[in-house]
Amino acid sequence: MSTTHTETIVTAGSTHRSRRRHHRTAWSTTILLIACTLTVLVPLYVTISMAFKTSSQSVDGNAFSLPAPFDISGFVEAWKLTRFPMGFAMSVLVTAGTVVLTILLASWASYAIVRNWDRRLFRWSFFYLLGAMFIPFPVVALPQIQLTGRVGLDNPLGVILLATMFQLSFSVLLFTAFLRSIPLELEESARIDGASTWQTFWRAIFPLLAPMSATVGIFAFLYAWNDFMMPSLIISDADLQTLPVRQNFFQTQFSSNYNIAFASYLMAMAPAIIAYLFSQRWVMAGVTQGAIKG
Amino acid sequence: MSATTTIVTRGDHRVRRSSRRPDPVFLLFLLPALILFTLAITVPGAIGIFFSFTDSIGIGDWHFNGVTNYIAAFSDPAVLSSFAFTFGFALATVLVVNVIAFLLAVGLTSRIRFAVGLRAIFVIPMVVSGLIIAYVFQYLFQNSLPAAGSALGIPFLQESILSNPDLAWIGIVIVTAWQAIPGTLLIYIAGILSIPGDVYEAADIDGASRRQQLLRITLPLVAGYVVINTILGFKNFLNAYDIIIALTNGGPGTATRSIAMTIIRGFQTGDYAYQMAIATLFFFVAIAVAALQLSVTRGKGNS
Repeated sequence: MSTTHTETIVTAGSTHRSRRRHHRTAWSTTILLIACTLTVLVPLYVTISMAFKTSSQSVDGNAFSLPAPFDISGFVEAWKLTRFPMGFAMSVLVTAGTVVLTILLASWASYAIVRNWDRRLFRWSFFYLLGAMFIPFPVVALPQIQLTGRVGLDNPLGVILLATMFQLSFSVLLFTAFLRSIPLELEESARIDGASTWQTFWRAIFPLLAPMSATVGIFAFLYAWNDFMMPSLIISDADLQTLPVRQNFFQTQFSSNYNIAFASYLMAMAPAIIAYLFSQRWVMAGVTQGAIKG
Repeated sequence: MSATTTIVTRGDHRVRRSSRRPDPVFLLFLLPALILFTLAITVPGAIGIFFSFTDSIGIGDWHFNGVTNYIAAFSDPAVLSSFAFTFGFALATVLVVNVIAFLLAVGLTSRIRFAVGLRAIFVIPMVVSGLIIAYVFQYLFQNSLPAAGSALGIPFLQESILSNPDLAWIGIVIVTAWQAIPGTLLIYIAGILSIPGDVYEAADIDGASRRQQLLRITLPLVAGYVVINTILGFKNFLNAYDIIIALTNGGPGTATRSIAMTIIRGFQTGDYAYQMAIATLFFFVAIAVAALQLSVTRGKGNS
């Protein structure tokens, strides 16, 4: 059922349903929607234009003016003040680690659960892992802060581990739903060829899971790249902080140098936006598939 | 439905073969997730609940003190107001997000030009960090909105809404909605596209107006998607933290302090056991909300 929706949304760039109804373009709706895009575009425009202003222009209180003159010193300062390369490396590390670990652990566990559904251990494990879907992070945050500190995981590795665990419930739900729709014959033919369970998983199952892995990966990416709460609480060494946490810096110091702050915001936002613009159809299809299965 | 049948048949299929012991490789697949999950979530959860019955400050000696923390929490106006704020905020945001996302989805699936481009733009906020965009909005709320208010002579806009205890929550709803609408929108678009076109053709022939079609056809047929969006949204909004930190930092005073902020601020000022009691209460409330929503969904699914 859900795959049908996804396919529809991908192929139906301009909906085929309404083509049958009204053959003329709904121009008033189009214009209204274009006007509504301003709510999305204006904050982004302000971020970009503020980032390219000089320090003196950035404090004049006019958010919407174009930069005059065009100035990149904000970026230079922000780069140095937030130690951008380090922050970027940490964000990439945390995000990549969370994405890979979530896909691996969730697909392994889901495969084991679906193929052993009649065994109590596996069935209960499913409900056990799923139970955490509605546990808010703040509920377990304080003991986690203490425990990670005690075992030396108060660093990006600890964040990868915890972020993966909070993604696990949802990801297992998606993978198990998908695995149940894969006919058993596909892997039995692999088994007849003498493949072990381990080989069957990697040769037959994991490639089939690719679309769902993409969905799980997108959700893990969006969470890990943008999250502030968890890294800010778990990572104790400020030098190892991710990009969002580093933006906090401008609230206490340099609060009047808006051009530097906005340049820093822009540098932290841009990678995800650019990645999205290049893969937007894929991202939208993935998110839709995930949300509907979930 | 079809998923359920598959499980059942596959179950039978397996029963015949499961006289053999499970392939140990399956355990190898399951155990990493199970063990890490237990260590990272279950154990901290149990530790937290345990210490909520003590007077621990996080380190050093502690003693059991029964339900003292819970009694204190129930009579603490700061805690009660943070629960009230968080639920009020979550409810308002769910409402705003769903209404706007539904209307946008209807617009984006009608016969418009530039549908692909428009949809791509409306989804951008999904990939932007809530904290960072909240910093941008904070600047707009504090500088541009009061300037516009003065220019237009609207008295209540002339001061930053973020420094008004009665209005600050509106700013938080706006930014949270800004970020949450895309995900909700995508689900509604999928829902609307799953409605067969001939339903509308029949309505056209019967002379139903666009407005009647929207209320009598589209809305009832996407009811299931409304439920999904409400559950997912409410769950996320109860955790409100990042955007509040950036916009108001819980202020003015404690007017916009969410439960998450209360727990973490309290901990940072050396309150461990008491905050764990609040966290435990939060946990049960979150579970109750989830159970309530799921039972509502079940009811809908059966009818």
